[in-house]
Amino acid sequence: MTCYEVVVIGGGPAGLAAAISAYENGCRSILLIERDKKLGGILNQCIHNGFGLHTFKEELTGPEYADRYSRRFYETGADLMLQTTVLDISEDKVIRAINEKDGLVTVKAKAIVLSMGCRERSRGALNIPGTRPAGVYSAGTAQKLVNIDGKMPGKKVVILGSGDIGLIMARRMTLEGAKVLAVVELMPYSGGLKRNIVQCLEDFDIPLYLSHTVTKVEGENRVEAVTVSEVDENRKPIQGTEIRYECDTLLLSCGLIPENELTQGLGASMNKVTNGPVVDSDLETSIPGVFACGNVLHVHDLVDFVSEEASDAGRNAAMYAAAEPRYKVKTKIPVKFSKEIRYTVPSSVVLAGISEDIKLRFRVGNIYRYKKVTALAGDRVLAKKIRKVMTPGEMEEIVLPIGKLKDIKGALEITITVEDND
Amino acid sequence: MTKKELTCIGCPMGCEIEVMLEDDGRIASVTGNTCRRGDVYARKEIEAPRRIVTSTIKVTGSLEGASCVSCKTETDIPKEKIFDVISELKGTSLPCPVKIGDIVLSNAAGTGVDVIATSNVR
Ligand SMILES: Cc1cc2nc3c(=O)[nH]c(=O)nc-3n(C[C@H](O)[C@H](O)[C@H](O)COP(=O)(O)OP(=O)(O)OC[C@H]3O[C@@H](n4cnc5c(N)ncnc54)[C@H](O)[C@@H]3O)c2cc1C
Ligand code: SF4
Repeated sequence: MTCYEVVVIGGGPAGLAAAISAYENGCRSILLIERDKKLGGILNQCIHNGFGLHTFKEELTGPEYADRYSRRFYETGADLMLQTTVLDISEDKVIRAINEKDGLVTVKAKAIVLSMGCRERSRGALNIPGTRPAGVYSAGTAQKLVNIDGKMPGKKVVILGSGDIGLIMARRMTLEGAKVLAVVELMPYSGGLKRNIVQCLEDFDIPLYLSHTVTKVEGENRVEAVTVSEVDENRKPIQGTEIRYECDTLLLSCGLIPENELTQGLGASMNKVTNGPVVDSDLETSIPGVFACGNVLHVHDLVDFVSEEASDAGRNAAMYAAAEPRYKVKTKIPVKFSKEIRYTVPSSVVLAGISEDIKLRFRVGNIYRYKKVTALAGDRVLAKKIRKVMTPGEMEEIVLPIGKLKDIKGALEITITVEDND
Repeated sequence: MTKKELTCIGCPMGCEIEVMLEDDGRIASVTGNTCRRGDVYARKEIEAPRRIVTSTIKVTGSLEGASCVSCKTETDIPKEKIFDVISELKGTSLPCPVKIGDIVLSNAAGTGVDVIATSNVR
């Protein structure tokens, strides 16, 4: 069986950055396994601009961003298996994968980086009443059809969900000649970036209905109409508010779920809020030597943060494989947070042997204005920041400086609080 | 005087900005923005809104079986030209291979801006 120091699973932006970083941190035995025939993951179908503002200080399209990282990956000379799907991983880090050329492949790793990305919530998971005709697509599937295969899924479209993929597809379908009748959002706010609301909807006079949902789909073989209703504060449809749209296509953009079958098969502890594995500040899961980053860990809206997080995971994997003692026995200080916050990644902090600041990423559950976010260890303030606005659609972060962390040995927990700033 | 309302995209605050226009179209006032970026944004949006356009263009003779390649306007173009650029792109196709940065349509819709490829297709 072939052995590698570090095996990276998934060749999207997270996997690429992790493999590059493992190399930059001295590892010379790296394998990257990717299911698709091309590196870059979801970025290959995201042909719009808006990627890499933080990393490259310019606005790239998805394929351009993927290309920059792919080229750097190829320069490392690391091993690559394309069109190879990982089937399972055992606790002693034996990876079984399959491809057409070699059939079943098994490799052993000292350290593993999980970077399988996420997939879209399907209609089954959403429970929309009515028939199940053709013409109902997830927004990501439609994006692939239009941008990669050059095919249009339909001419008159209603979009359920105002996440970024839905907004981007509203513009894309309009440019390709379709009529987008409405974007319908269950929540009282959009989960998408403001910029996308303006440039994808307002630019083309596409109406956005907040606190609305699709209550009926009609059509025998193909979608013929959908009914949209307003919802009350408990998200229940309100009788008498129905609007019926004749259309041939319904796109669903209702959120992403990390792709964690492999992680669960491995027996790693999972976080119920993110649907990703629980990790400490080394991005190490509950299984020693298995690290996670990118959308498989928690859903990101900006690829720059994916690359940054993945770099950390790759560095930690390389150091683990090189048998750095700090990974042997870990004291994990749990991170607790107040009710405004839905989750933090990481969910615990390891202090021994740290060499850098620790970045905590989190999401809030509602829109909050003029708040002070504080990170505390007991009554000691580790970091503080003032936010004019925080929304569920945008990931937040707070940096715990290494200087402060060195003084809190023995702390029992770290707490993140959100308070009014007055 | 006429009033125009817009949403600043400068940051997640998303300030609702009101722009008052004189009868001759000049901007009389900009209000509702929290910081200067909002003012700059609103003036540009009213006077000369511009966008980068991204789309795809058909390719022929691809060894990997691709039917199109992704592309973008090299810089932003006047917003009202978006559909003109798209329809010129629809009427065009080009032979493979295509590399990132290759010009796929020059001087798109008379804007003086080229459309360039954003992915590699063999
Ligand atoms: C439609 C859309 C629009 C976006 N717009 C923007 C934007 O404007 N700006 C921005 O900065 N960010 C944007 N993002 C966010 C950003 O692109 C993603 O967060 C990022 O691409 C996630 O990277 P990843 O590597 O974690 O996952 P992915 O890109 O999904 O990569 C995961 C890879 O793992 C592979 N894989 C999965 N399972 C296996 C397996 N078992 N075996 C082998 N390989 C496997 C997959 O094939 C895939 O290639 C957008 C995302 C989407 C979906
Ligand atoms: S005006 Fe300033 S604070 Fe308001 S959205 Fe624009 S950039 Fe943000």
